[in-house]
Amino acid sequence: MKKKTLSLVMASLSAIGAITASATAQTVADADGAFMTSSRFSETDGESMYKHVCAGCHMPDGKGSTGAGFYPSLSQSERLEAGGYPVYVLMEGLNGMPPLGRMMTDDQVADVVNYVRTHFGNKYKDPVAAADVAALR
Amino acid sequence: MQLLPQGKGRFMTEIPQSGMTKRDLLSLVGKSAGATAMLMAMGSFGQARASTFKGPVKFEGDAKGKSVLILGAGVAGMVSALELSRAGYKVQVLEYNPAVGGRSWSLRGGDTYTELGGATQTCQFSPGNYINPGPWRIPTEHGGLIHYCKMLGVGLEPFQQQNYNAYLHSTMAFGGKPQRYKTIQADYYGHVSELLAKAVNAHALDDAVTAEDAEILLESLRSWGALDGNMRYVKGRFSSGRRGWSKGPGGGLTAEPIPSDPLDLSTVLKSGLWRQIGGHLSNEHQHAIFQPVGGMDQIARGFERAVGHLVRVNSKVTAIKQDDGGVTVSFLDTKTGAKLTAQADYCICTIPLSILSQIEKNVGPKLEAAIGAVPYSPSVKIGLEFKRRFWEQDEEIYGGITSTDLPISQISYPSYGYGSQGPAALLGAYSGGAFAYELTALSPAERVQRAVEWGSQIHSQYKSEFMNGVAVAWHRVPWTQGCFGTWTEESRAKHYRNLCEMDGRILIAGEHASYIGGWQEGAVTSALDATTRLHQHVQAG
Repeated sequence: MKKKTLSLVMASLSAIGAITASATAQTVADADGAFMTSSRFSETDGESMYKHVCAGCHMPDGKGSTGAGFYPSLSQSERLEAGGYPVYVLMEGLNGMPPLGRMMTDDQVADVVNYVRTHFGNKYKDPVAAADVAALR
Repeated sequence: MQLLPQGKGRFMTEIPQSGMTKRDLLSLVGKSAGATAMLMAMGSFGQARASTFKGPVKFEGDAKGKSVLILGAGVAGMVSALELSRAGYKVQVLEYNPAVGGRSWSLRGGDTYTELGGATQTCQFSPGNYINPGPWRIPTEHGGLIHYCKMLGVGLEPFQQQNYNAYLHSTMAFGGKPQRYKTIQADYYGHVSELLAKAVNAHALDDAVTAEDAEILLESLRSWGALDGNMRYVKGRFSSGRRGWSKGPGGGLTAEPIPSDPLDLSTVLKSGLWRQIGGHLSNEHQHAIFQPVGGMDQIARGFERAVGHLVRVNSKVTAIKQDDGGVTVSFLDTKTGAKLTAQADYCICTIPLSILSQIEKNVGPKLEAAIGAVPYSPSVKIGLEFKRRFWEQDEEIYGGITSTDLPISQISYPSYGYGSQGPAALLGAYSGGAFAYELTALSPAERVQRAVEWGSQIHSQYKSEFMNGVAVAWHRVPWTQGCFGTWTEESRAKHYRNLCEMDGRILIAGEHASYIGGWQEGAVTSALDATTRLHQHVQAG
């Protein structure tokens, strides 16, 4: 799955490069795909997607945060037991949370959901598949 | 290729170009284009205000002793408090922050800001320098906000939105070398004009354009595109008069200007830089456009002077209950930890939907669904302070905006303090989309460091002149969890009216309850609409 996503990114990069000789986007972006383009996420695996995107609100330790409102903790979360739920939230959004999955490929959504469901004290052993994501598009 | 003879091409010069009265022009439009065009033209001369603001509100009739609890002391809350208290209502405002103003906010040297996750920044800017992390511009057509600025004694000054000497930049064009806005626009308009003129003269557009209109069109293309006598966009005084000279005109023995070489059409098109021209053309970015003198938070200070005494700060709303007797709001004093309540006959709630959706409340299912249907934008702004105004001193850029495809998206030079010596602060990033999420997930120090790194691709002076920076990622702002509400056509159709309809004793107001999302005018017009309907309800009751 990881390899597939990577090749997608490389394919789109070379398409951009074909327009002009100097595709310096490669010097801007991080090696794991962050800061590639504004219109979609280009992170190459679930861990880098979490680190570069989800952690903005759910925080690097997955424990969320509280102010006038709150960002829910994803740590040891029973809400993640059914893999379809986080897939649904990513694709549809929830309250103020935008539907970020719409800026990811099916593989990227599945990768980041599987990453969260096996980290931060979560030990769910039934991975979601890209096809589960595709069904919601 | 047959080109229009010079004499024929001057058709339009027979019509008086200056001193033409409105009636002359309307009569000309009426003759040549029919009544519909005439009506449209008349509209454009009239009071074509873009927002719904129609002048100061006047509430007829008294308040019947009713009380209103307003949640949130941003622009929507403060407009509501001001107008309702003037109409005689008993008003109390609850605000989460220790100060009023909400997103009408500026950061200056000495200010501290703690984002979600706990990172605290202390702005290091020198005296007089600031950035506006939230709204930063006031378009002419935002008459409601301008009205309150006048009323509250908030001075306005021009904001440089479009600066022809600022840059358009793409990492994938011109080897990453920034281009002056004026050269790209002149070459783009010029080549497009020449092509269209060729098509007209080749009779390729005969089906769409009458012979008479074709003559007018050709003359307009010469004017629009800076074409020469032969309807060509080529090196010379016409093109250099727009795109800039190789050596500019002067006086005395060094006076003679030397024209510059236009880029060829293919280069302009493939650069993609034409994409960044349209942004300045929209209603909300057209000159004249303003900013408050001294920072956007001068609007907050103005409202504070007027109705600050009605606001209870440090109050975190935890529950909103309504019944036949009124509205009861539970809140936490964030300084003392005390759990308190406030009551009123009615409630105007301006809390951002990202927060409100998480607060316990008894509203109808339609309003509840609407409150949960609006995602919040992740915009990021980064302010950078430099030892000197190298953009002015080295590059002749006075205010305005440089656009780029780098993750910083733009650099906005300060529209104040031109020509001054010493440190100055600019907006070093205003990012949206994937870049904004990715910047948010960095620490504030990393965001600033990245902004300097990326910006140095446009201004080589960046690294040597950099002093300090401050970064606001709106998803991490504790009291909004996002920059503004984002609607789609689908969500508007399904939820917008439900969000704005009065629900029992509760009305929603704020930029999220407007068609001017992300702008303070949305908050103003929404608050005026909500308070007007509340007053009508009270009068009818």
